[in-house]
Amino acid sequence: MKVLVPIKRVIDANIKVRVKADESGVELNNVKMAMNPFCEIAVEEAIRLRESGHAEEVIVVTVGPAQSQETLRTALAMGADRAILVEADPAPEPLAVAKLLKAVVEKETPGLVLLGKQAIDGDNNQTGQMLSGLLGWSIGTFASHLEVDDAAVRVTREVDGGLENIELVPPAIVTVDLRLNEPRYASLPNIMKAKKKPLDMLTPETLGVDVSPRLETIRVIDPPARAAGARVTSAQELVDKLRNEAKVI
Amino acid sequence: MSILVIAEHDNTSLRPATLNTVSAAVVLGGEIDLLVAGGDCQGAADEAATVAGVSRVLMADDPALTDGLAENLAPLIESIARDYSHVLAPATTYGKNLLPRVAALLDVQQISDISAIESPDTFVRPIYAGNALATVRSLDAVKLITVRSTAFDAAGQASAAPIEMVSGSQEAGLSKFIGEELTRSERPELTTADIIVSGGRGMQSSENFEMLESLADKLGAAVGASRAAVDAGYVPNDYQVGQTGKVVAPDLYIAVGISGAIQHLAGMKDSKIIVAINKDEEAPIFQVADYGWVADLFEAIPQLEEALDSPSP
Repeated sequence: MKVLVPIKRVIDANIKVRVKADESGVELNNVKMAMNPFCEIAVEEAIRLRESGHAEEVIVVTVGPAQSQETLRTALAMGADRAILVEADPAPEPLAVAKLLKAVVEKETPGLVLLGKQAIDGDNNQTGQMLSGLLGWSIGTFASHLEVDDAAVRVTREVDGGLENIELVPPAIVTVDLRLNEPRYASLPNIMKAKKKPLDMLTPETLGVDVSPRLETIRVIDPPARAAGARVTSAQELVDKLRNEAKVI
Repeated sequence: MSILVIAEHDNTSLRPATLNTVSAAVVLGGEIDLLVAGGDCQGAADEAATVAGVSRVLMADDPALTDGLAENLAPLIESIARDYSHVLAPATTYGKNLLPRVAALLDVQQISDISAIESPDTFVRPIYAGNALATVRSLDAVKLITVRSTAFDAAGQASAAPIEMVSGSQEAGLSKFIGEELTRSERPELTTADIIVSGGRGMQSSENFEMLESLADKLGAAVGASRAAVDAGYVPNDYQVGQTGKVVAPDLYIAVGISGAIQHLAGMKDSKIIVAINKDEEAPIFQVADYGWVADLFEAIPQLEEALDSPSP
């Protein structure tokens, strides 16, 4: 079975984003970029499936600008076998990404698509679910545990009330949550090896997908600032302030 | 305009976020239909009928819908959604799981997790863990939206609206519900609690979380946690507050032993009053706290409990 892992290049999770002065978006120039943390977990899980004999090949794919090749190389250095870049700049909206991924799925015929539950830039949490709808495949979102065999994909999902266990008929789509695994670091020899692994380039045109946006961004602004308040030095002082000043207890 | 709100429920009663989602629909204005799709879900439908602002309850009752599986629900919603200008669902794990699949079937670019409504086609939503607010206009004929429950008040009660049956659901045969392990608690639910006591890595163990539970019970509060505390196994996943966990906005949020990573702040910085207790005076949590107390939590929490027992001077 092949496993397809769609990934995304985003601003590094440790960087504090800055809103552009003209309110057109968030500053991306000269900002450290990295693989979306949830995507790293998906890549790791796919590699583990291959290592445990449940998958033959791990293919990573991304939709984005040419620089996204770096992110694909990172996934190859972790252990993915080959990569596909669908070049689109700026990166399209989730629905268009899902349509592009559907076209890639139809070319590659994976038995499982593993992807992050959300990208930490747009925080949309849509792409995996949309891909499942377009393909008519089963879906397990927010996975914290995964078991794969020929007959079924068993997923433990992190839901608001706790955990939920479901069983999916393959081929399936699984979106991963934080506690599924801890991604490995790429070793230096593997980083060198990754440079020679195959990386195919595609475009929305060659895949026959219209990626025109459906949303118009009117403005992007800073959230209202929250100022630091007063320091207290004892429990009694804190309780008094909560009772008499803030009046919340 | 006519709006379809998808109710989240457990077949016998509504989940609270449904009420906030109805309030968002009221802000949009227009006729509001509330869809209760489940199995043996008359109880939830009866409750739905009494939600203020709802013109009509649509009830789809089918064994295939009992467990809320997206594969079975999405075609049903797709079949009725085109009659509406807007389809709204709560931005809970239920709505996040379901609505994008519907959006794909309808060829609509969904708008996730809205925190404000500017006009019938223009919405505000947090991006980058709430470090920026984007205002977006939808060009799609039908708007599919998930609603951040903390941004809209819960709808009240009204006299019962009519309940109409809808059909068209079917078993897709793609997925099966096996079981669930839900956290049972006598405490208020995290997303609707007025007061939350939340612990981080500084708690050091699950046993130490009992200190927070005792404090929470004294305040009638819910207990939450940072990702670090959940990853360390101190508490279950459903305690997590943050960018990818639950978003909360109580009257009072007491952060204990939480450093205040941006991903955590994303889930709680809309709280009315924030208290931070941390022994590291440089911890970023103090930058958003209304009241900061630099103290060792293992001394501070028992003292706080004691102070709560004594009347104010």
